[in-house]
Amino acid sequence: MTDHFIEDKSNKVTVDVEGHDGKVDFNDLKTGGFIKQRQKDLFAVRLRCPGGRLSTDKLVEISKLAHKYSKKSVVHFSFRQSLEILYVDYKDFHELVAELKKIGQEVASCGPRVRVPTACGGCEYNPNGLTDTQAMAKMVDEKFFGTRTPHKFKTCFSGCPIDCARTKEMDYGFQGVVEPVWDEEACTGCTICSEACKEDAIEAHPVSGKPIFDPMKCIYCGDCIRACPTETWKAKRYGHIVRIGGKHGRHPMESVEVCKFLPDEKVPDAIHKTVEWYNANGKRGERIGNTLKRVGLTHYLDYMEPVFKSGSPADWVVPAQGVKKD
Amino acid sequence: MTEETKANASLDLRGVVCPINFVKAKLKLDMLETGEVLELMLDSGEPIQNVPKSIKEEGHKILEVKKLDGYFSLKVQKG
Repeated sequence: MTDHFIEDKSNKVTVDVEGHDGKVDFNDLKTGGFIKQRQKDLFAVRLRCPGGRLSTDKLVEISKLAHKYSKKSVVHFSFRQSLEILYVDYKDFHELVAELKKIGQEVASCGPRVRVPTACGGCEYNPNGLTDTQAMAKMVDEKFFGTRTPHKFKTCFSGCPIDCARTKEMDYGFQGVVEPVWDEEACTGCTICSEACKEDAIEAHPVSGKPIFDPMKCIYCGDCIRACPTETWKAKRYGHIVRIGGKHGRHPMESVEVCKFLPDEKVPDAIHKTVEWYNANGKRGERIGNTLKRVGLTHYLDYMEPVFKSGSPADWVVPAQGVKKD
Repeated sequence: MTEETKANASLDLRGVVCPINFVKAKLKLDMLETGEVLELMLDSGEPIQNVPKSIKEEGHKILEVKKLDGYFSLKVQKG
């Protein structure tokens, strides 16, 4: 699927649409998820599915509409988890949108604005999940979807350091983390944590078996907490690593980490202020990663300080824990 | 570890890969009564990284862990 949304064509066409007075403003389409196809008059209609989650009831209804309006009876799962109804004649837009509305399904958005957030399954049902990514995606979609920005602004939520939602290549990404704390009294020296840690951040003491923890290696996945039979490793706090300025495309960029352990309730503030900063500093057609390069990360961090101070600075590390090496 | 807990059943999962080892442990635990103890033998590496987490998440209690030569012996109490 090409991403030729009909932006800036500034043309208005008159078409025969039954029951309407026949005006389709192509400029209006850019705010909606109508994506021009190679085939004449045909468009892909991108639905708004934050986090890629749909109720089965809705899916059945969407399926009926796709069957009715897709000239080829096909849908496509977009790379950002939204369902696209392919081969829709633009003369059917009004009717399709009205029918979608009836079942509570909105159309997504293209162009220079906050896009539908993506998310993994999160802590609701994924055993690795540390944050409720689905709830966060829903919240961000409700609060920020469609907000104008200098260029597209993609957000995502990963529930753990495996980072399936790819926060490292997102304009603004949130990845779940947990800070582990160890309680010597309850520890039996069973060594399971040192086995469970895939980062070699925990070494078992050769005699007592108790953990020797290297904070520099910890990526806050919580495997030690999950594996510990005696609840000796506990969660001190959950939060998000915040990453900014990543993108894929022709010239991929890796995002930079700007905050650790940002609590759930600060996520809306972080997005709000970041969009504010982007709109104040970004040039038209410039992704936020490039704005950061041009204006400077420090400028952004200064602006974000009131929000990010509720987390930890990006270079923060958990204190060393466990028994001494010798 | 203090004195050893007596096991009601034993299952040697050495050489059994993930997640089959967990499924086998789960099936064995299903046959026990709540409070009874299953002794499990698990290889180092992936099995010991994954199986104890899953056992805990299913609501069972790991009472004892012994590190032996290249493998682990666990005592699991059915929850």
